[in-house]
Order: sequence, then C-alpha cells, then structure tokens
Amino acid sequence: MSEHETLEQRLSEQGVSRRAFLKFCAALATMMALPPSSASAIAAALSQAKRPSVIWLSFQECTGCTESLTRSHSPTLESLIFDMISLDYHHTLQAASGHAAEQARDDAMKAFYGKYLLLVDGSIPLKDGGVYSTIAGRTNLDMLEEAAKGAAAIVAVGSCAAFGGLPNAQPNPTGAVAVSDIIKDKPIVNISGCPPIPAVITGVLAHYLTFGELPALDELGRPKAFYGETIHDRCYRRPFYDQGKFAKTFDDEGARNGWCLYELGCKGPTTHNACATTKWNGGAGFPIEAGHGCIGCSEPKFWDAGSFYTPLSAPAADVASISQAAAVAGAGAALALSATDRAKRQQVQQSREKLTLEDLKGN
Amino acid sequence: MSIQDIQIKVADAHSIGNINAILNEIATHLGNLVARGDNALIDLKSLPFSPDEYEGLRAMLGRGEVTARLDSIGDSEIYETHFPGVWWVTHYNVEGDIVADLIEIADVPAILHSQWEDVRTGLGRLRNILSQSE
Amino acid sequence: MDQELLLWVRGAGLQIATAVFVLGMSYRMLHLLMLGRKKSLAAARGSEWAGGLRTMWRRSFVLPELSPRGRFTVVSGYLFHIGFFVTFFFLSQHIALLRAVLGFGWPALPRGVIDIAAVLSLAAMIALLAHRLVDPVKRLLSDFQDYLTWTLSFLPLLTGFMLLREIGFEYVTLLTLHIASVELLLVAAPFTKLAHMFSTFIARWYSGAANGFKGIDA
Repeated sequence: MSEHETLEQRLSEQGVSRRAFLKFCAALATMMALPPSSASAIAAALSQAKRPSVIWLSFQECTGCTESLTRSHSPTLESLIFDMISLDYHHTLQAASGHAAEQARDDAMKAFYGKYLLLVDGSIPLKDGGVYSTIAGRTNLDMLEEAAKGAAAIVAVGSCAAFGGLPNAQPNPTGAVAVSDIIKDKPIVNISGCPPIPAVITGVLAHYLTFGELPALDELGRPKAFYGETIHDRCYRRPFYDQGKFAKTFDDEGARNGWCLYELGCKGPTTHNACATTKWNGGAGFPIEAGHGCIGCSEPKFWDAGSFYTPLSAPAADVASISQAAAVAGAGAALALSATDRAKRQQVQQSREKLTLEDLKGN
Repeated sequence: MSIQDIQIKVADAHSIGNINAILNEIATHLGNLVARGDNALIDLKSLPFSPDEYEGLRAMLGRGEVTARLDSIGDSEIYETHFPGVWWVTHYNVEGDIVADLIEIADVPAILHSQWEDVRTGLGRLRNILSQSE
Repeated sequence: MDQELLLWVRGAGLQIATAVFVLGMSYRMLHLLMLGRKKSLAAARGSEWAGGLRTMWRRSFVLPELSPRGRFTVVSGYLFHIGFFVTFFFLSQHIALLRAVLGFGWPALPRGVIDIAAVLSLAAMIALLAHRLVDPVKRLLSDFQDYLTWTLSFLPLLTGFMLLREIGFEYVTLLTLHIASVELLLVAAPFTKLAHMFSTFIARWYSGAANGFKGIDA
C-alpha cells in the first residue's frame, strides 16, 4: 500500500461498497465513542485520511497493554485500522530482533521525522541514571527523548506510561515516572488503565487516522470520549446506589441480587473509564458485572489509594489506633492540668493569712 | 457444599430502572419524528445495561413488520420494532461480533437506502453488460 | 491532583483531624469533670442523681411559656440536630466508615428517610441563620464564633447532600470537599461552642444535681 492511499480508495479497490463503508463508519463512531450521527463526518474525513507511521516503545512494563490490544475482539475492524497504520517498530510484535530491529526504528524515525505517531507503554525509571531498564544498552530515558523529538504526537498506553503505574507505587525503588513527566513539548494522549481497554487504544488511533488530530482531552490528558464519565455514572447498578441498596459481603443476599458494590470498596465513583459501556472480552462484561468492585486502575496513584476493598467513605489509613493514643494523651493532659490546678488552689489556701481584728482596726 | 447449593438468581430487569430511561429517550425522538420528521440514532453500546435489561428492552420493543439483512463486511440485522419508526440496527463483523448496536428513529434506516456512489457504479456495470451483449 | 487530594483527606488529613478532635475533647471534658465542686457541708435535702437526671431529660422539651420566637428557635434547632444525627449515624456510607473505625456497625435507614432528614436539617439551619440575622436581639447576641460554628456545621450537610446527587461537581471533588468539611468541623469542635456535643448533658446534670441537693424540684 502506498503512503498516499486513503482508506476509502483501498476499500473500493477491494470491491467494498459505499454502504459497507458507511457501516464501517458507524462501527468506527461506536468505537470512538462519538455520537452515532457523526458517522457521515467520519466517512467524509476518512476519504482524506493518510496512513501514519507508528513507533511503539515498551519500557518498564508487563506487556499487559500489548496483550490487551492484540487479544481484543472485532478483529476485522481492528485489522482494518491496523492496515491503515504502519507499525514500524514494536519489539514484542516485530519479527526482526537485535540490530535489525533497532535499525528499523532508526529508519522509520528518519523517514517520517516530524510525522510519526509514538506509542509508549511502561514507565521510565530515572533513579541512578536510569539503569533499571535498558534496551540494546540504552536507557529508556535516552530512547524516549530521542524518539519524542521527531514524533507528531505521543500516545501513552496504559497507566504506567500515563501516570507511572505500578513501578511508581510507593516506595518507587527505580524512580519511575510517566511520559508526561519527561516530555513537555509534544502533544500527549494518556490512555490509562491496567490494562487499558483495547477498543480505546484503537479508538484513539482511529480518531487520529480519521481526523488527523488527537481527540479532545481531559485535564489528565485522557480522551474525553472514553474518560469523560465515571464508571459509577455509567454503571448499570447505579440505581441501587441511589436507592441505598448495598452488598455487604461478596456472598450475601445483596450480592446475589446484584446490588451496588460501594461498601465492598468499589472505586467506580472516582474512576474515569469506559468499562461500563465498552466492556471487556468482546462485550462479555466488566468487573462489576462479574460481581467485583472497580479498583480504579485508570486513575493516577491507584496502587497507593488504600485497599481495593475499603469503601470510599472509610478512612484510607489507620484512624482507630491514632484515636486511642489521642484519647490517652488528652486524658493525661487533663489529669496533669487538674493536678496543677489543685496544687495551685492548695497553695493559695495555705498562703492565706487569717484576718484578725487588728487588721480591721488598722483600716 | 456442591455447586448446586450456590443460589443463582435472575434479577428482575424492570426493578433496576435503566430500561425506562431509554424508553423515555425513544419516545422523545419519536415525538420529534412525528412533529418535524427528525431522524435520530441511539448508540446502545454507550448506555448502561445489565444483561437482563438488554433482553428486557428487546422484549419491550418487540418486533414489527419489516426485517432486513445486510451482507457487507459481515452481517447486519435491521428490523422495525413493534413501534413503527423505531428500528433496531445491529452490525456484525465477519467473525460475528457486534461492532455497532443502534436504535434508529426514522421512516427508513439510512443504511437501507441505496447509495448514489453504488448506484452509479451499478449503472456502469449494467451498461457494460449491455454493450458487451450488443 | 484530585485523586491525590482525596487520598490525603481520606488518609493523613483524617488522622490529623481525628487525633485533634479526640485529644481536644477528652482533655476538655475530663478537665471539666475534674474541676469538681467544693464539698457541701449542708445536709442534703434531696438526691443529686435524681435531680441531675431529671434536668437532663426535662430540658429536652419546649417550654409552653416560650414566646413564638423562642419556640421557633427550639423547633428549628431540634430539626437541625435530629437531621444531623440521622444522616450522620444512619446513612449506609457513614456506617461503613464507623464500622471501619469502631469495628462494629448497625443497620442503615432507607435513603428516602435520610433524604428527608437532610433536607429538613438544611432548611432548619438556613431558617435559623436568617432569623439570627433578622432578629435584632439575636443579632446583637451573635459574635464571630456563632457564624463560624454555623458554617462548620452547615458545610458537611450541604456537601454531603450534593455528593449523594452529584450536584455541581464531580464525585471526586464533592467527596474531597465533604470529607474536608467534616475534618474542619472535627478540628474546631473541641475549642469552640461545638464542644456542647459532649458538654451539654454534663452541664445539665451539674445544675440539676445542684438543685436536687437543695431539694428544688426543677
């Protein structure tokens, strides 16, 4: 496929009808979480769309993000999207290895300088000169800074790249940071989640491909179309929350009735993601549908936000023992003060001289 | 304890209340169709549903007189519900996964119209055949 | 940032606020109790305990001879206090919090009841403030602390009500504001007239007992 060919041309060459293209656009609208009526705008934009080069860098990560993407559902649609990008470097997926792989990256960076899309998963360790994660003898920091220079935009895939994620959790032994902590002069999209929803990754790529620009972002750099609302806002169990019907344990009557999981530690109310509607595993469901609360994996610092099973209304730290200590200290202070009060009173009493008749006469 | 001891309940879909919300939205759009001829689309994938509620909505809307099947990059099922002007449009990919699930409020769903590009191509093909048979 | 702020108010912030509250309250209440009274040398004409308990109970009722103005204050005051008590102790989310701190819980009231209690409580507080501002006597008697304690008690109710309905802000923001407002209340309570939440009944018992000792039937 030549660099200048558009998706519409490619489809019509394959004998795909306009109607099929419109159907494809309807599916794209759903995937990008845009209003269904925007399908015609997508169709118009796609007839202009060009094929971008993509370089994917994996740093301090577990490959869960790549797993999520490559095991995503609706392979036809996503393969169409992936046909439309040129994935020039992804060290887990590519066939080449060693010097050949690094060569491919260098070549792509030179050929598409200023135009390629840089995808990053994993955090970047900074401590001790960044020695805790290296590829081909180069630190992640070095590689990121080099690749970022020629990138049109950067997509931080997963909570590690977006916010630091697990490596950044206390005590953060490697000094791990997010992409946005290092790169300040490029547009960055954060697709957070541990892992992120595959359809969100492809949705953002589709948006870039379709409209040639990044989607609208929230204050944490996440695409609003997917992170604009909380899990709680879109949860099918929300009516139970409003009625005050809560499961108290994972196997009580409330749990069997499918009541709200707030008291079992669900972080849905404070978590922005599209799980409740986009769902997982080919639309099979999402954690709450399986009876487990949201753990808040698409929010910054979610590993350090207290137990996954502590209700949001309950303290995230030990308050009881501090209260006991404070009660003892308060009682001690009161006893001490009372004792000095008493001593003072006694002193006053003892030092008081008796009034005599002589005193009165003297006046 | 055996697996039979685990009680499994099917929740009453109507008790949760998500269906009523969407029926209200449909009614509003249908009102606009009647009053001004406005078409509307609702993306069912963007709405919260329990599995029972999804089936409940299907049962509530029922099936009307028209059913159409589209065969392009996978199947699409399009049928008019029990409420004329309310269409249920489901697009599948080649693997049979749902890629778009829509309620369309219109006299005819847009995807069923013949597309002018396709009509032109078809006319070309037909003329081609005729010129060859002459 | 929002998440980190929320984490702080749920963690370190709450620890500090609770510590100040418990330390301050235990100190002030115990000190109050230990001030004691001089032993009376007179013969008792009645029981201190009976008098004390009776006063604790009897002061809880509106006196029939009160003026309409007085009655308004008492009734609104009751509405506010009952509403505050019901929402604090019987909302499911609060019981989850208390269970985490105390180690035990109790059944919640239905959301409808909580809603009514919260609305009545808020309305009563607004009415009381308006009355305080409009009534010349009350206005003269009010000082900065009266307005401060009103604000400190009003904010948790207001933010809590907004939180349950997600009015105005996002859940994260509202939850942070709600917890922070409660923490302000906790920190201020021992050192302002809000300390009456513990001292009221001690004070009633004290004057009741004094009267009982003298044989006054009050």
